[in-house]
Amino acid sequence: MALKRGKNGRNGNGGGKRIHEEILETSHKVLERTWLDFFGEIGRNTLTLFEYLGGLWKLAVHTLYCLFRYPFPFRAFVEQCEFVGVKSLSLIALISVFTGMVFSLQFAVGLGRFGLKIYIGNIIGLAIMRELGPVLVCLMLAARVGSGIAAELGSMVVTEQVLAIEALGANPVHKLVLPRVLALTISAPVLATIGSIIGVIGGMFITIMEAGVTARFYFDQIRRTVEMEDYFSGMAKTLFFGFFIGLIACYQGLKTSGGTEGVGKSTTYAVVITSLMVFVADFFLTKLLLLL
Amino acid sequence: MKKTESHSAFIRFIGLEKSFGEKTIYKGVDLAIEKGETMVVLGGSGTGKTVMLKMLLGLMHPDAGQVLFDGKDVVPMNDEEILQVRRRVGMLFQGGALFDSLSVAENVAYPLREHFDYSEEELAKIVGEKLELVGLPGIEEMAPSDLSGGMKKRVSLARAIATNPEVLLYDEPTTGLDPTNIRRIDNLICDMQKKLNVTSIVVTHDIQSAFRVADRIALLYNGKIDFVGTKSEAKNSDHEVVRAFLSGEMDDVEPSASKSKREPVKAKAVKS
Repeated sequence: MALKRGKNGRNGNGGGKRIHEEILETSHKVLERTWLDFFGEIGRNTLTLFEYLGGLWKLAVHTLYCLFRYPFPFRAFVEQCEFVGVKSLSLIALISVFTGMVFSLQFAVGLGRFGLKIYIGNIIGLAIMRELGPVLVCLMLAARVGSGIAAELGSMVVTEQVLAIEALGANPVHKLVLPRVLALTISAPVLATIGSIIGVIGGMFITIMEAGVTARFYFDQIRRTVEMEDYFSGMAKTLFFGFFIGLIACYQGLKTSGGTEGVGKSTTYAVVITSLMVFVADFFLTKLLLLL
Repeated sequence: MKKTESHSAFIRFIGLEKSFGEKTIYKGVDLAIEKGETMVVLGGSGTGKTVMLKMLLGLMHPDAGQVLFDGKDVVPMNDEEILQVRRRVGMLFQGGALFDSLSVAENVAYPLREHFDYSEEELAKIVGEKLELVGLPGIEEMAPSDLSGGMKKRVSLARAIATNPEVLLYDEPTTGLDPTNIRRIDNLICDMQKKLNVTSIVVTHDIQSAFRVADRIALLYNGKIDFVGTKSEAKNSDHEVVRAFLSGEMDDVEPSASKSKREPVKAKAVKS
């Protein structure tokens, strides 16, 4: 329209003015629509976020209610502890030992530039106990266990097994969510402790080779540097991470819809959201624990 | 037709309304089921047949209306009350919905463990009896993943009847089965009624199967129960929708799409 009039308007001043006004008007409209879309999208996403957080909160309250309302699901809890804890152990040992080793290598390079190679032990001890052990172990749990839980519960939802639990007179949150969340909350600090110890030992081998110190010297440095407070600040975070990995994975699994494709989506979302949660919450929890 | 209006019916759906987002599936469903009868609810896919069964078990709530079970409304019931209803109602899910992580015996024993306090010996005895009743003795230790589709449905039926329920709900019991297994499941539905004297609601779109097992047939169409009657009443009905459905000529269309066209027929059906 604007172009057509533009052609006609070339011959007169009035026409040129009209074109200018029309272009301005159209661009205003486009801008207005873009802004509306932009703010609409923000509004929609904010609502989705609050809806998600509300759903999580509701599930957390329901899970705690089931803990006190029904008999403790001991058998399911032990089975989940085996799945979450025992079966994750080899994976966690592997990533821990290599993390310890690679950090020793890097610190050997970094500290070597200042002639401080003998202090590798101090830094490795602090870094692994306070941060690397808890965060890496929980990331592994988010990937291995979080995806497993979301896929399992998602499949149960689409094959109506969750409805069947309810129809047969049981509570799905009590039967499915409570044992998984509890197993993760309890297993996460235990696995993080084991992972941290293995990481420190992995670091020791490389430190001995790179810095030429003895094992005794290395552990002595760690003993003098790392305090119980460092260990507890790391483990306190894993309690939080474990609980929320379990909760988010269960929530994602239970809200699955759309058949097998939905199960795939739930699993992906569970891993992405739990991993993000570990990174974001880690910063805020660390800051909070430093303030306490 | 008189039975539909009975106030002493064992199960009654009164004025049910339900929408999922923009889609309205119930616009005032009324249906009464007498004690001991087998009511088959026919309807095309997506008409919300299964939702009726879920509402009776309190797994889903209507937007409006009542679901009376033995004279009591299920909708406002609390957890304890709904548990008592679920103890008296068994349900066979469409795909069987057996728990993959449990053995066949554990699956059948599941509702017994939830509702009663039997010893392991008593549980094993009941599980054996129920599996025999569905024609699958001795498969207690098998995993659900090792069973065929027909066997899964039969194990699921054994689980549904484990607590000796008064009502059995069948959600598309013959879907996805071969003709032999369809016959077998139909015979089992009839057997259950004879042997256990249960009230059954069978939700299906399989017309042949419906005529084999039903005492009465209801047709869910356009968000309402459009027709209720005995098998012979259904066969001889001049109701346009019933005839279309029975002859398999009814398009699987959105019910609301042809509302105006069907309106006069519905009035005729109510009259009959």
